[in-house]
Amino acid sequence: MNRPEREAAVRRIMEQVPAPVPPELYAEIVRRGGRTLRRRAAARRLLWLLLAAACVAFAVWALTARPWVEPPSQTTPPLTGW
Amino acid sequence: MRERRASQAARRAREFEAFVAGAAGRLLHAATLLTAEAPGDNPRARRLLTLSLAHTYACWDRLRGEDPYDRARQHLATRFARAAWHQYGGLGRARPHPTSPLAALTPQERLIVVLRLYEGVAEEQAAALLGLPADRVHTICDRATATLLHPPQGRAATSAMGVAPS
Repeated sequence: MNRPEREAAVRRIMEQVPAPVPPELYAEIVRRGGRTLRRRAAARRLLWLLLAAACVAFAVWALTARPWVEPPSQTTPPLTGW
Repeated sequence: MRERRASQAARRAREFEAFVAGAAGRLLHAATLLTAEAPGDNPRARRLLTLSLAHTYACWDRLRGEDPYDRARQHLATRFARAAWHQYGGLGRARPHPTSPLAALTPQERLIVVLRLYEGVAEEQAAALLGLPADRVHTICDRATATLLHPPQGRAATSAMGVAPS
């Protein structure tokens, strides 16, 4: 028996018993898949909200703390009168 | 905007229902072969199929012309491969049902035989999907074919016990 014949024989063994598809399968699939989709949407919305909140917090902090302004010198006195 | 979204959802539901109606029978048969259950009583195969088709449903909009059947089959195979070692491994776990045609094989052999011969996936693709070398897939497929066609006496009980060391 060569390889194609053996493979065909195994295929015949596997083909013989078709299982009936239960009718409630589709509803269950849609329920689970829809739940996954809703979870993904909720996670995406949450991440966008977090990103927006982080942007707002950074902007507020930057406007109040003004980190780009050079701080007044603490060690040397200001150079005046020469 | 709202109407367009509603009509899109309806179209998507129609397409997915048509896909399930066409593919579920064959995939359920493949899943039943994988879990080696009796055709009439296959809760694990149904669960496997439900989870993989739900995954397909969730990424239906992002398929971009890819074959949904292929995607569902890939998910089915990888889920079975991941779950097989603890669901079908040890003693006292799920035994293959004796009326299943693949009851004499180990879970890995069943997976490879179903992918290669029943679903007709190419050797390289099956190997890439399972993370095995193609030679190994070839060898396992040959061995499983031999076991199926010439069932060894007395060894059948022990060969069904555990996953072959890979």
